[in-house]
Amino acid sequence: MIGGLFIYNHKGEVLISRVYRDDIGRNAVDAFRVNVIHARQQVRSPVTNIARTSFFHVKRSNIWLAAVTKQNVNAAMVFEFLYKMCDVMTAYFGKISEENIKNNFVLIYELLDEILDFGYPQNSETGALKTFITQQGIKGQSQTKEEQSQITSQVTGQIGWRREGIKYRRNELFLDVLESVNLLMSPQGQVLSAHVSGRVVMKSYLSGMPECKFGMNDKIVIDKQGKGGTTEDTGKSDLGGGSSGKQSIAIDDCTFHQCVRLSKFDSERSISFIPPDGEYELMRYRTTKDIILPFRVIPLVREVGRTKLEVKVVIKSNFKPSLLAQKIEVRIPTPLNTSGVQVICMKGKAKYKASENAIVWKIKRMAGMKESQISAEIELLPTNDKKKWARPPISMNFEVPFAPSGLKVRYLKVFESKLNYSDHDVIKWVRYIGRSGIYETRC
Amino acid sequence: MQEWANQLCENRQFGSKMTDSKYFTTTKKGEIFELKAELNSDKKEKKKEAVKKVIASMTVGKDVSALFPDVVNCMQTDNLELKKLVYLYLMNYAKSQPDMAIMAVNTFVKDCEDLNPLIRALAVRTMGCIRVDKITEYLCEPLRKCLKDEDPYVRKTAAVCVAKLHDINAQLVEDQGFLDTLKDLISDSNPMVVANAVAALSEIAESHPNSNLLDLNPQTINKLLTALNECTEWGQIFILDCLANYSPRDDRESQSICERVTPRLSHANSAVVLSAVKVLMKFMEMLPKDLDYYGTLLKKLAPPLVTLLSAEPELQYVALRNINLIVQRRPEILKHEMKVFFVKYNDPIYVKLEKLDIMIRLASQANIAQVLAELKEYATEVDVDFVRKAVRAIGRCAIKVEQSAERCVSTLLDLIQTKVNYVVQEAIVVIKDIFRKYPNKYESVIATLCEHLESLDEPEARAAMIWIVGEYAERIDNADELLESFLEGFHDESTQVQLQLLTAIVKLFLKKPTETQELVQQVLSLATQDSDNPDLRDRGYIYWRLLSTDPVAAKEVVLAEKPLISEETDLIEPTLLEELICHIGTLASVYHKPPSAFVEGSRGVQHKRLTSSAGSGESVESPDTGSAAVSEAPPTVIPSQGDLLGDLLNLDLTPPTSTGPPPTTAPGMQLGAMDLLGGGLDSLIGDESEPPPIPLRTDTPQSPQPPHQSPSPPHYSPTELGGDIGGSPAMGTGFGAPPAAMPASFNAPISGGLDDLFDLGGGGGLTMGTYIPPKSVWLPAMKAKGLEISGTFVRRSGVIQMEMTLNNKAMSVMSDFAIQFNRNSFGLAPAGPLQILTPISPNQSIEAALPLSTVGPVMKMEPLNNLQVAVKNNIDVFYFSCQYPISMLFLEDGKMERQVFLATWKDIPNENESQFQIKDCHLNSDAASNKLQGSNIFTIAKRTVEGQDMLYQSMKLTNGIWVLAELRVQAGNPNYTISLKCRAPEVSQCVFQNYETVLKN
Repeated sequence: MIGGLFIYNHKGEVLISRVYRDDIGRNAVDAFRVNVIHARQQVRSPVTNIARTSFFHVKRSNIWLAAVTKQNVNAAMVFEFLYKMCDVMTAYFGKISEENIKNNFVLIYELLDEILDFGYPQNSETGALKTFITQQGIKGQSQTKEEQSQITSQVTGQIGWRREGIKYRRNELFLDVLESVNLLMSPQGQVLSAHVSGRVVMKSYLSGMPECKFGMNDKIVIDKQGKGGTTEDTGKSDLGGGSSGKQSIAIDDCTFHQCVRLSKFDSERSISFIPPDGEYELMRYRTTKDIILPFRVIPLVREVGRTKLEVKVVIKSNFKPSLLAQKIEVRIPTPLNTSGVQVICMKGKAKYKASENAIVWKIKRMAGMKESQISAEIELLPTNDKKKWARPPISMNFEVPFAPSGLKVRYLKVFESKLNYSDHDVIKWVRYIGRSGIYETRC
Repeated sequence: MQEWANQLCENRQFGSKMTDSKYFTTTKKGEIFELKAELNSDKKEKKKEAVKKVIASMTVGKDVSALFPDVVNCMQTDNLELKKLVYLYLMNYAKSQPDMAIMAVNTFVKDCEDLNPLIRALAVRTMGCIRVDKITEYLCEPLRKCLKDEDPYVRKTAAVCVAKLHDINAQLVEDQGFLDTLKDLISDSNPMVVANAVAALSEIAESHPNSNLLDLNPQTINKLLTALNECTEWGQIFILDCLANYSPRDDRESQSICERVTPRLSHANSAVVLSAVKVLMKFMEMLPKDLDYYGTLLKKLAPPLVTLLSAEPELQYVALRNINLIVQRRPEILKHEMKVFFVKYNDPIYVKLEKLDIMIRLASQANIAQVLAELKEYATEVDVDFVRKAVRAIGRCAIKVEQSAERCVSTLLDLIQTKVNYVVQEAIVVIKDIFRKYPNKYESVIATLCEHLESLDEPEARAAMIWIVGEYAERIDNADELLESFLEGFHDESTQVQLQLLTAIVKLFLKKPTETQELVQQVLSLATQDSDNPDLRDRGYIYWRLLSTDPVAAKEVVLAEKPLISEETDLIEPTLLEELICHIGTLASVYHKPPSAFVEGSRGVQHKRLTSSAGSGESVESPDTGSAAVSEAPPTVIPSQGDLLGDLLNLDLTPPTSTGPPPTTAPGMQLGAMDLLGGGLDSLIGDESEPPPIPLRTDTPQSPQPPHQSPSPPHYSPTELGGDIGGSPAMGTGFGAPPAAMPASFNAPISGGLDDLFDLGGGGGLTMGTYIPPKSVWLPAMKAKGLEISGTFVRRSGVIQMEMTLNNKAMSVMSDFAIQFNRNSFGLAPAGPLQILTPISPNQSIEAALPLSTVGPVMKMEPLNNLQVAVKNNIDVFYFSCQYPISMLFLEDGKMERQVFLATWKDIPNENESQFQIKDCHLNSDAASNKLQGSNIFTIAKRTVEGQDMLYQSMKLTNGIWVLAELRVQAGNPNYTISLKCRAPEVSQCVFQNYETVLKN
């Protein structure tokens, strides 16, 4: 298991050092500094073995976090723990910086004592930790016996991520479906590869211990229901807002926050859980089939003689006319020997950026089912370089108010039997945001 | 940079509000005194501030142990924050101040009874971290209570505490029955308690490989699977990792466990996913392939593995290293997922390199076009390592997918045209391999390759190019010129290139004998006379002799048809792969090495193996189950790219025809050459009085003529050569000349070197007894309340003994002696109890001999031969440490076979060699050899070069480590030079010290 945990600043000075195992000595602190932080060459692996001691590190801005061990530990777990450690620290004191770490070193030691015992990660959910590790020190004496046992049962319990007794005057929840759409298209408009990676982020402000059930237009579920003839779906719970009329989507794979009952998902494909309080990521998913590509890029590059290129690029928006795409940016690469560029565009602003070897065309907003065009003349310096210009792909950035995968939230039901509010009293908000990931068209 | 600056400003503003960072800044003198005063202050706030300062100093590495009593005094407080800080301090310094640490015991014991479960847990958690024996004794009772505490938080903490205690004193844990309590906790109602108990038991079981501690049976498995659904993400990892060690009784049980584990594949925590994959990969072995479920499971594995690639880069790296293993074991899982391994522009380099590896593994006819297009892109990136790997990958594609070979070759040629130096060199290295896979197909490109000859500056590329020139000498008009150009700087080339050049020129000679005679003579003489590299010399002699005695055979040997190279390269050896599959998710799977390669001590030494459906229900740990494991169609293992060249050379030496049986026992290729010499040339050089049966020697004996001056007969023609070479008298004389200079050199390096090396003439003689160091005082009476122990170590006929004199200098009688060793580098442990039957009265001394075994627990010590000993008597326990001569551990059977020695010496990388000087030693080499033999350091061979005696020696340690030594003794010079080579270079220093003591006494 983890033998020790060190935090360094960018100079390699130790800010926090906590040793859990006897086989890790003080010299390990220096070994990492000398061999990794001060290494002459940039380190080429996040796992380093120095004199039979293994160091795992992650960097957050200019802070190094290193876990040390001499055993055959679960490497994936160590990294997951380091990320978790970062999350916990961020939840307690904001950005991970040298100043913040120094200011909170007592708190960090206290946290490290709690979430790592003899190198074994323990409950590290901030929701639970905040009930008994506070910056004021443990309330200790003021707690009643009930309160204490409530804390311990939460820390060790099945619902370690939520404490009991949360109360809100207004029960409210926000769902964000955040997708990034990736595309590689041939000059002829053929899709070479496309996938969407999406996340469902939930912000919940609900009283008590609410039991939630989340439904989306997952093909497997819809098909099953279609056969069974039972539709759980009621008119009210349809929170959909996407642009597509698609009935259901095929999800390649998804992962869930630990609050979701995985065995239930595996057997019934239903997503049920008791959510943590506040913001968290409910699920991640990936789809590759029937993706709505919000934009199509049609390039036309013509070489006029040896010193001139004519480029024409048309972009077409491919979604409901009532919706607006934002922050559109098209990046057209230019050859290295470009001497001058003249651009004409109907919409937005375009500029040749010599330092980036590209024409950058920006459009603030664009409605669906529209098209726009840019044409450019590129003057080239004559070179005797035989090497042909490799023609990097044209890339695009944008943001659209729907989910390119076609995912729709069908319902999110909330049941809290002990408190007197029902599913209808909860105010629910759903938002869809589709962003470009790597969205490229070859030319 | 700008961003950093902004951030710093931001932090400053932040910092002005909070002020804890000030504790890091005090560095003035007299600080300790000030802190002392503050710690003893009456004001609580001031105390707390002071403790914070102490902790801050401790963090940055300052020694604040002097404040121990003052800090401990702050412990009795109701302020929990302060208490935790004091505990933190205690954990750090208790070991250095064991007596003072006792002061804290009372508070701990009291806290363990506190009403607040958080405090109870805190106390038991901290106590377990204080590694002082006295404290541990007091820990037992509170721990026992806490293990049965009503609060699960306390129980889960106590469970881990058992593992802590076991690490300090394993015997105590067993004696106190904590292991049984821990086992009971597996049935606890709280999932987190179960998870921690599993973690603790797994760890304890690891250090007792044969114990049945983790008694996994269907009932406990069921409990674990239930807890799996309920516990924290970390708990799930502990449980899954534990499950992976279980061997289901039959395929049905296997399936039902798999069914209950598969939901974990959707967990957001990648470690949970990987551990679940491990369980599934392992248990899948048990399932019959025709089962529907088997197919379902295979399909279920792909998506989560792909999803892992969207995690943070560090985790992606871990995932990719594991996928690399999974793809080798079960290529079908990810065969359709090639695209996800395409490299992204902003991937960190370590992710890029790993993705590239997997792309090659997944390359097939179906996707090769796409893969090639990608690889071509990569070859134009900036990072040199990545580009090199991409170029190499193109070559591997060509070898793997025949249909793509042509396209790959043309891509490589395009890349060569870029003239980027390292790209060209990599391309040439892989083209060489392509030639070997598809002979007589792409040789048209040789001309292009030759254009780049000058730009090659890396040995591997140079060697590859030379191989190509030699192999296709008949098609390259100016092959002789090309090779000659390399020959100019022969001595500056690396061995790899030299060897290759030698072979290439011999090939050239056999193909075009007329024009290249001079060249071949030149290279043979360079190799045999001017080089001090034994490999090169040996190969030179072999060629020489082959060419001179039987040119037909030479042709058969040197120009033999080479077997085609295999498709897959870089595959992990199947048994290792199986073991690594059992370690999915762990460091072993990241390093692609078994845990024993990087974990010290007994942990991880046990090798895990996959159990197949044919396997019985036996425990996986037992090594013999593994033998039942079946791997259908085991992939052919061929050495990695780097070794291919060596392979080529080896092949050149091993004739497929009847020129004599190739050495079958040779462990490596270098040895192949040695063996030929040892066997074939023995008669030749073994006895100098007999004229060696080299025909040319009788022709022109002792000819001082340099070889190239000998005229070649005018009627010598290539047709004749092609025909009956052996019988042609022309050949005889034509060839007879070159080695004419040989005899002169023959006597010097060969008989002086090889002969002596292989035949130990004067090695024997008297064997001297073992050197026993005199007894020294280990434990002075002052430190041990009157008990003085002095002692030494002896090895007598294979038994190690610790001989001690115990001297009672106190006023009272001493009795009830017992001894214990701390874990040490070689697992030394008392083989029996310390036999002191009678009490020792005051001023009496007694001799005791304690036989030692080397099977105790292992931990690396500094220095390596350090031994920490605890001796107990009726008065107290005393600790001392002593150093044993490492020769105690040299086995009697430490004499290595000569040939094994040679091979091993070469096999051990040069960075493992260390050289020492032994000064002022006046023994001659034979006496030294005798003396050393007494300590089980065996001389295997001796040779004399220029008045310097070289002794080649070997010794074997009890843990199986071999140490090889070369001892150089020069007559009249009292300084010896010793070079030690060992796979575990840490021991060298110790061995050297031992040499010194043995030789000087």
